[in-house]
Formats: sequence, C-alpha cells, structure tokens
Amino acid sequence: MDLTFTAEERAFRDEVRAFLNEKLTPDLKRAHHLTPSVFSDPPVGNRWQKILHAQGWAAPLWPKEYGGTGWSLAQRYIWEIESAAAGAPSVTPMGLRMVGPVIMKFGTQAQKDYYLPRICAAEDYWCQGYSEPGSGSDLASLKTRAVRDGDHYVINGSKIWTTHAHHANMMFALVRTSDEPKKQDGISFILIDMKTPGISVRPILTIGGDHETNQVFFDDVRVPVENRVGAEGQGWATGKYLLEFERGGAMTSGRLRAILADIEKLASTYRDGEKAYAATETFALRRSQAEIDIDALEMTELRIMSSLQSGQNPGSVSSSLAKLRNSEIKQSLTALAVDVLGQDGLYWEGHRPLYEMNAEPGIPEDALTALPEYLNSRAYTIFGGTSEVQRDIIAKVVIGM
Amino acid sequence: MDLSYSDEQRLLGESANNLLAARAQKPGAADLWKEMADMGWLALPLPESDGGLGQGIVDVGIVTEAMGRHRARSNYVAGVVLAGGLVAALGNDAQRAALLPGLADGSLRLALAHAEEGARYNLAHVAVTAKKSGAGYVLDGRKVAVLGGDVADRFILSARISGGTRDAGGIGLFVVAKDARGVTVDGHATVDGAGAARVTLAGVEVRADALLSDNALAAIEQAYDRATAAFCSELVGLMEAATKATIEYTKIRIQFGKPLAGNQALRHRMADMSIACEEARSMALRAALHADDEDARSRSRAIAGAWAKVSRSARFVAEQAIQLHGGMGVTNELEIGGYLKRVVALDAIIGGPDLHLRRHAALTQHAA
Repeated sequence: MDLTFTAEERAFRDEVRAFLNEKLTPDLKRAHHLTPSVFSDPPVGNRWQKILHAQGWAAPLWPKEYGGTGWSLAQRYIWEIESAAAGAPSVTPMGLRMVGPVIMKFGTQAQKDYYLPRICAAEDYWCQGYSEPGSGSDLASLKTRAVRDGDHYVINGSKIWTTHAHHANMMFALVRTSDEPKKQDGISFILIDMKTPGISVRPILTIGGDHETNQVFFDDVRVPVENRVGAEGQGWATGKYLLEFERGGAMTSGRLRAILADIEKLASTYRDGEKAYAATETFALRRSQAEIDIDALEMTELRIMSSLQSGQNPGSVSSSLAKLRNSEIKQSLTALAVDVLGQDGLYWEGHRPLYEMNAEPGIPEDALTALPEYLNSRAYTIFGGTSEVQRDIIAKVVIGM
Repeated sequence: MDLSYSDEQRLLGESANNLLAARAQKPGAADLWKEMADMGWLALPLPESDGGLGQGIVDVGIVTEAMGRHRARSNYVAGVVLAGGLVAALGNDAQRAALLPGLADGSLRLALAHAEEGARYNLAHVAVTAKKSGAGYVLDGRKVAVLGGDVADRFILSARISGGTRDAGGIGLFVVAKDARGVTVDGHATVDGAGAARVTLAGVEVRADALLSDNALAAIEQAYDRATAAFCSELVGLMEAATKATIEYTKIRIQFGKPLAGNQALRHRMADMSIACEEARSMALRAALHADDEDARSRSRAIAGAWAKVSRSARFVAEQAIQLHGGMGVTNELEIGGYLKRVVALDAIIGGPDLHLRRHAALTQHAA
C-alpha cells in the first residue's frame, strides 16, 4: 500500500503536464474560470473534448475496447488532479459519464457502434430527460408516456430541469410504456433526437443568473423503437445504473482542490486592514477545514476507484456517499469564496457569458463568479437526487430494511 | 500508487479481529499484553535488528482498528509506538538492546512520560528539569497522563536540559526505572479503563547512559504523529462497531408499533453515522500512509488534518450511538457508552479536533 508515484507514473504526470501546457490555451482557461454554472458552456466544453479526442484521452474512465484510455487508478487520478489544477473546462458528463456506460452495458451492438464513438468525439451533445414537474424526488412516479405505434413510440408529456436541453441534439429519457401495479415497472429508457417534430424547449433562468436548465415538452413526438435501450418496461434498473455513475463515477475531488486554490489566490488579493484576507485566522481555519474535507473525499474516491475496473459501476452506497460529500463541500467552498469578497459580495454582474463581456467589470474579474457560483451551487444538493434521497439510499443498504 | 492490502495484512486483520472478538466474550481472560506479545503485535513496528518485525503504521493500524472494534482496553500504541518508537529512533545500540527485545516479547513494559500540567498538547512544553551532575543528571518535576504508567517497568521521560519551558531545543529524553530513588508513581484509573499514572521526580539521579537524546523534540513530534495515525485507525474500528450496534438495536426495538429503524429521522442519522465511518476510514488510511513522510511539516499537517476529521466524526458517532439507544444507551449494562469513553480519552491524550484544525492551519501558513 502506497500513495507515492512510481517512476512510470511520474513520467505520465509529466506527459499530462506537457499536454496541458501546450493544448490548454489561455482563452479556454479563462472561459472555464468565468463560468459559474455546473458545466462549461457547450462551445467551450466541446472544443476541449475534441482536443482530448485527438489525443485519445476523451474517455479516461472507459475501457479501451470502446475508445477509452484504459488508464490505471494512478493515471486516472493524475489526469483529474492535473487537468483540474490547470483550469481545464468541465466537459459535460451526460455523454461520457452517464449515457455512455449505460449503452455499454445495456445497448445493442448497433447502438454501441453508432453512439459510443460519437460521444467520444463530441459529435452528439446529450441532455437528461429524468425529472418531471410532478416527479422530482419520487422519480418513479413519472408520467411522460410513450405509446407504441408500429415501429415508433409516440411520446407525450414534459421533462424539467433539463440541463443544456437548448444545446443538446440528443436526449436520454425515462418514459412510461405501460401502467403496472408497481410504479417502477413499465418504465423504458429511450434515446430521443431533439430535432424530432413536436419537441419544444422552454428556458428556466436560475438564481445564479444563468440559463442552464429548461423544461422540455413532448407533443406526439415519434421516436423509432430501435432507440430504446434495454427491454421495454425495464428502464428503471437502467436509469438507476446511470444515476450511480452520475453520482459517484468520477474523481471529483481534483476539481474541488482547484476551486480551493482559486479561493486562496482570491483571498490573497483582498485585504483586512494591513494584511491579506488570506492571512487572517478566520480564513485560515475555514481553508483548513475545506482542505481536510477534500482530503477525505479524495481518499474515499481513490478507495472506490481502486476497487473498480474501468467502466464498472461504483454501486449505490459509494456513489451516494461521494455525491453527498462532493455537493456539501462544493457548497461550503462557494460560501467561503463569497465571504472572501467582503463588501464586493454586494456587486452583481448580470451579463452572460461572463467571458464574453466587453465592459470592464466593477469588481476584479477573478471575483466575478463567486456570487453566481454560490447561488448556483444550491442546486448541487438537489440535482441527481437530493441529499435526503441519498441518505434514504444509504440507510436502506446499511440498515438492511 | 497502490491502495490494496497485501495478503499478510489481510491475515493480520483477520487474526486480530478473531482474537479480540473472542476475548471480548470473556472479560476475565488472561493479560492481553501477553497475548499481544505472542501474536507478534508488540514487535510489529520495531526495527528487525532489535527483535521487531519492521512494519509501518498501516500494519499497526490494522491491529488498532481491531482493538477499537472490540473495545480492547490497552495502552498498546502508547507502549509500542510512542515509548518503543522513541527508543528505536534515538537509542544507541546498547540502549536499544537493553529495552526493545523485552518490549517486543512482552517481558518489559515501557511508558512515555512526556505530558505535563499546562502543556495543552504543545509538545515542546517541558518544565521537568534535568541538571547535569557529575557524569549523570538529576531530574525534578512532575509528569501527567503517563499512559500505561501504572504498570510500566521503565519510563521514557522527557526533561529539560536547557532553555525555557516551551523552547524547542534542550529537551532531553531519559530512561528512568519505576523504582529509582525519588520516583513516585501514582497510578490512576482512566475514563476508558486503560490506566495511566502521574509520575513525580524528586532529585532522581540517573547515569549518563540513561540519556537517549539531548535534543529530542523532533523525534517526539514524529512519535506522536505516528501514534495519532494509529489512533485514527482505532477510532475507525470503534465507529464501525458503534454504528453496527446502533443499527441492530434500532431494528429490534419496537416503539409506536414499528421498529425504531423505520423512522426516517433515525435512518438518516444512521446514514450519517455510516458516512462518518467511511470518511474516517479514508482519513485514517491517509494518515497511516503519511506517517513516515520524510518532510516533518507535511507529515504533521497530514496527521493534524486526519485527527481533526476522525476525532470529530468519532465523537459524533459515539454520541449518536448513545442517543439512538435511548435510556439504555446511558447505562453501564449495554456498554454502548464505552465507545464514547474511549473517544473522550483519546481527545484528552492527543487534543481535540479544534486544536488540530488550528494546528493544520498554522502548518499551512508556515508553508506559505
């Protein structure tokens, strides 16, 4: 047992650093840095993913046979830490980390052959059709209906909180294909082309000032039956399998560490009387608490990942635990960043995207995202299953009833 | 980078859990120290050249985790990692040969006498004096919280050769026999049942060869860091056992016509206890893997962070274990309170989470 890197692992780290140094351009870094929402805007994220794809590094968590890197635990860890520290864009997880693993496990050969290379190459942009206006935490009560009509399903209903639906050309969705005594039965997992007639997208603006999420309406939308993944009526198991990747399928601690480093830098530019805010005891204690929390999450993620082969599902307890801690730490970091601003925490910049602003902002550019990010991050303990749902899941397993 | 246990480590864990589980069933069993010697646990972290097995804190942590899980009342870490570790780090050949084989085979009990009134976990705080006298020294003053001091044969005792009470330099480390003239050992019960002593020194004369080091602070800090990492693992075992006992109890205790475990408020509490266990396990492992870091500052920082996390989590779990056991939780009949007593004892020994968070922050700022 050993946390240190071998000579080969150090060489790999050098290779990663050299790659980032060359390919991660200042404008990509700046765009990432000035994005308060959860994922990079598609023009930014896709650009970065295409660069990664050209290098063969688009899918660090996938097995080699599907175009993944086949990296070891140490390599995956090094990649996450280094690319986060360098300020690389957050590539959308909806293809790589969510629908991708589902297609690998439940998809037909034709679906694998068609979709997986397109996900790697950022040719498709995916969104997630899970929640509905009447089905949030109680996801299995979903009512969007898909009625079989020959070779097609005809879909009617509505999905909500659909991140980047206004950018996406594809959606994976849970739809009701039959009514059964148990609400989890009769659900199917289906892939929908967003250009199909009958789909409309309504923007939802959130408290951080961003247009990230949407409501999507389906009005007699015809989707080929071959777009179903897995058997009809078995979509709930497929959907849960995906959620475990969404919650726990990655090393998220590297990003949090990078955020903490940014906050520390910000705190060294703000003052408290004669000294930098970073030098105050208030800040030092909160900074240490945050770092300790990140250390613990990082070791937990390493322990989870070390027990998995690439592409393997992390399981319910591990993924819920990682999601809970990641979301809580993220929220405490964003609160710390706002605290650093002091009176500048009052200043609101409404322009989006922030990285395409022409006017000089009224506060330092590095401080612009703190407030929107803090507000935006309230969603972390709600999306992907609320913290309360995660505790329900963990309790069910550890209590065994 | 490799996070898997070796086969030997897995076997060590199995045998430790089996032995301690069996012992927990018969409270009057033979002296645990003797059994630990027979199992090779006392020799585990000591150098091979001194009759030890030369293993690291990960291995020690496997044993202490089992101790925490089965509530073994023992000053194992204090004897082997603190006292034994300091002799191994600082002693010359003759001193190591005189002490370590006996420690490893269980025939000689050592205790570190370092803490003093008013020290407040500042490891440089040494007011006990060592005055040069002929070829030797004369020791005066008082040590407290000497873990296992009530049954120790020899003390590994810090005393100030030069400088002020909290100066980093000038701290000597001596070997003092329990029956040396002028030594008074006041053994006392401890909250966790493991036992400790206060040791008073009044004009105690020691020979020059009793001196292990005349500048021992760095080694003392390292020994405390390694011990703290081992205590983290002990708390992991303790927390998991307390959580398991709580879950089992709430499943059989019927109130309002259903098991307590059916209530969401309690289910979420137990989910939080389980999360605390997982985080503590991560941090204990991290601490063990940093316990022998070459850079003292980065080592101490990692250990301080781990203790801040683990001791806070352990306090939460142990207190909630009592809470969810209701009235029965506060009785001595169930012994569920025994978990909390050990957490309280370890905080008294090492310092609580707030102190270590502050230490972490201070070590971070000094690096900047």
